[in-house]
Amino acid sequence: MAKVTIDGITVEVPDGTTILNAARQIGGEIVPPAMCYYTSLKDSGGKCRVCLVKVTQGSAKDPRPMPKLVASCRTTVADGMVIENISSPEVLEARKGVVEFLLINHPLDCPICDQAGECDLQDLSYEHGLADTRYEFERRTFEKIDIGDKIKLHMTRCILCYRCVLVANQLTEQRVHGVLDRGDRAEISTYIEKAVDNDFSGNMIDVCPVGALTDRTFRFKSRVWFTKPMDAHRNCTKCCGKVVLWTKGNDVLRVTARKDRYGEVSEFICNECRYEHKNLADWVVEGPRHINRHSVISQNHYEKIDLLKLKKEVERQLVFQKGKQLPPANQSTTYSTENGNSQTQTHA
Amino acid sequence: MGKKLLLEHINEPGIQSFEVYRKKGGYASVEKALKSMKPDEVTEEVKRSGLRGRGGAGFPTGMKWTFLDRRSEKPRYLVCNADESEPGTFKDRYLMEHLPHLLVEGMITSSYALGAKTSYIYIRGEYMYIVRILEKAIEEAYANGFLGKNILGTDYSLDLYVHPGAGAYICGEETALLESLEGKRGNPRLKPPFPAIAGLYACPTVVNNVETIAAVVPIINIGGDEYAKIGVGKSTGTKLISASGHINKPGVYEIELGIPVEEFIFSDEYCGGIWKDRRLKAVVAGGSSVPILPADLIFTTAKGEPRLMTYESLADGGFATGTMLGSGGFIVMDETASIVENLYTFSRFYHHESCGQCSPCREGTGWLEKILHRLREGHGKKEDVDLLVSVAKNIEGKTICPLGEAAAWPVASAVKHFRKEFEEAAARLQLSAVQKAELATH
Ligand SMILES: Cc1cc2nc3c(=O)[nH]c(=O)nc-3n(C[C@H](O)[C@H](O)[C@H](O)COP(=O)(O)O)c2cc1C
Ligand code: SF4
Ligand code: FES
Repeated sequence: MAKVTIDGITVEVPDGTTILNAARQIGGEIVPPAMCYYTSLKDSGGKCRVCLVKVTQGSAKDPRPMPKLVASCRTTVADGMVIENISSPEVLEARKGVVEFLLINHPLDCPICDQAGECDLQDLSYEHGLADTRYEFERRTFEKIDIGDKIKLHMTRCILCYRCVLVANQLTEQRVHGVLDRGDRAEISTYIEKAVDNDFSGNMIDVCPVGALTDRTFRFKSRVWFTKPMDAHRNCTKCCGKVVLWTKGNDVLRVTARKDRYGEVSEFICNECRYEHKNLADWVVEGPRHINRHSVISQNHYEKIDLLKLKKEVERQLVFQKGKQLPPANQSTTYSTENGNSQTQTHA
Repeated sequence: MGKKLLLEHINEPGIQSFEVYRKKGGYASVEKALKSMKPDEVTEEVKRSGLRGRGGAGFPTGMKWTFLDRRSEKPRYLVCNADESEPGTFKDRYLMEHLPHLLVEGMITSSYALGAKTSYIYIRGEYMYIVRILEKAIEEAYANGFLGKNILGTDYSLDLYVHPGAGAYICGEETALLESLEGKRGNPRLKPPFPAIAGLYACPTVVNNVETIAAVVPIINIGGDEYAKIGVGKSTGTKLISASGHINKPGVYEIELGIPVEEFIFSDEYCGGIWKDRRLKAVVAGGSSVPILPADLIFTTAKGEPRLMTYESLADGGFATGTMLGSGGFIVMDETASIVENLYTFSRFYHHESCGQCSPCREGTGWLEKILHRLREGHGKKEDVDLLVSVAKNIEGKTICPLGEAAAWPVASAVKHFRKEFEEAAARLQLSAVQKAELATH
């Protein structure tokens, strides 16, 4: 066991635990955000750099601080380690920089993106981003492609977390997609747009932290916050059969695996459960799913919103999408309230 | 004349061939090591020599070798880093092209010290013609019993392969190199574990630069102590410097570490002074990724001492007034050179070569290039100068591999030492052809 102190709070964790997971044991504000790390995917993490923290004391034995900020998702703890996350201005400054980098080439097309409301990047930018952009150049874009009949790849939104590549490596028989090219031209793709088609490919969608991989059978059917998530299960021979049904009335609009508060799936589901049972009668419904995951557009906060303002914002963004100049708007007040809580559309 | 330990026989006709190389005393280090020394004794000599890695970081080679996990049951590997892609650095090419057997000899002696049974030379794809030169040398070494089973009748056996990359600077970073050698995408790995524990195919591995491995040959021949007598302080031995830019005699020079920078630039033995009787403006002393220094700081340190060609002296003053010896890519700029233009070229390179794995480098390098492009084209803004510094700062120290720093340092140092030039570029409004025509009609 190792005793570690994060932002002044001490916790004891098994040796080999990462700083991020030690922080998650403590919970709350001091947990670093994570965009690429995924507990159930081996070798994930280390890439996005939003989870950087400062190690001010390496261990009890060797108290020297670590010379650089480290990725908390891939750095293991040592007994007596002292870590600063939100108590370090240097870390917060660095994180702000990383979030800015993640956003400079992002299309910011939340109003027309299926992921809005359950997007890690959206949440991250509200919390750590700047209201303004310092980036004045044309943003990088890619053509949207269909990889198979179930998955839409919108590469322009991708942050290259590599999670979907790891899913394909670790859950499916054969990976037919991966990262092509390098640098800011790097893209997730399949060789000559081969179809991604195997029993577990749908999990690529669930692990995507942004709207780069979306469910083609759900695209544009509804904003997620208009749907009601229900825990349900069925007897499945291929997977655990434990899912979340995203329903509207009696219609099942979408089936996903169950995500925890950090947006992570621990029990992946098969494509049959995901795509072929969009019928309430196929499932044993356990009850409404409590989404305790933090989100700027959380399904739990059915609070009041200024409809007119939202409409205006959507229009403004749509104009922007067409490449025109962005008219000034008070963007940040659209979604979030003063206390930092989020508000969304009232359920009709 | 300074001592030549590596390039002594470079002008010998036919030195590329085994026969001539052997006649000039080649492969003596293999004979000496295999027949009269234990592997650990070879490592010990390298330690005593004070040899430091010639690939850029200057890490003590003997120490690196002792870190190699020898308790592991797994095979051990020696991998030679011949990816040489840093702008301004072309010394390994020169050495491999003209003295292929020196590298092969160094590989055998070093592999013996490390207990490697299979070793690789990973070479950049653009050096295809050198691949052929090396393969011929390896073939000759096999034919003469210096490679393969039971070398020189001892029970030591070694296979040596040349593996060309596909042309990526990032594959010079040692863990990206290993990925590429394994046939994967050349993305740097997260460290730890370090290659000494889990390198090629997760086996204990040493990665060394071409010149580092070549230097093992004279070290074993003359002994570590003798080697360490050359040089100053912790910078021992000789070093290849590839000199380019506005000098009379660009080329690759073997220097004794410790000669003054001024001598290197102006003496006829080396660069032969600034060309066209112009004045020196700036020097990038160790390849494109080290901080640039203006003329006054390159000759004397901030303390007023003459600056020497050593790891320590060049780094004196830290990043405020110093730089680094790096890989020995010595780029000289005369008074006509534009620092903005130069920096743009470097930034374009790093943008092009980022692997794209981690966000600060993937996004930041492109941003830097775009700002510099705009400044250079005369569309820049006053704020751009500080923006450059800020973006560079947001990359530095936040990335997986040092390419992030390599992209950030040149920017930070160029703006620090030549700020005025950037501000002037920002103030210069370039008129388009149409605007010029309009003006002309008035
Ligand atoms: C982006 C990048 C590129 C590099 N390119 C090279 C290279 O082309 N050749 C080289 O020897 N070392 C290169 N290095 C340094 C290697 O990672 C490694 O430190 C070196 O090969 C170790 O050998 P040495 O100890 O003999 O210097 C590079 C490092 C980085 C971060
Ligand atoms: S710093 Fe750049 S080159 Fe190095 S791993 Fe990150 S993206 Fe790749
Ligand atoms: S979550 Fe740690 S680097 Fe991405």
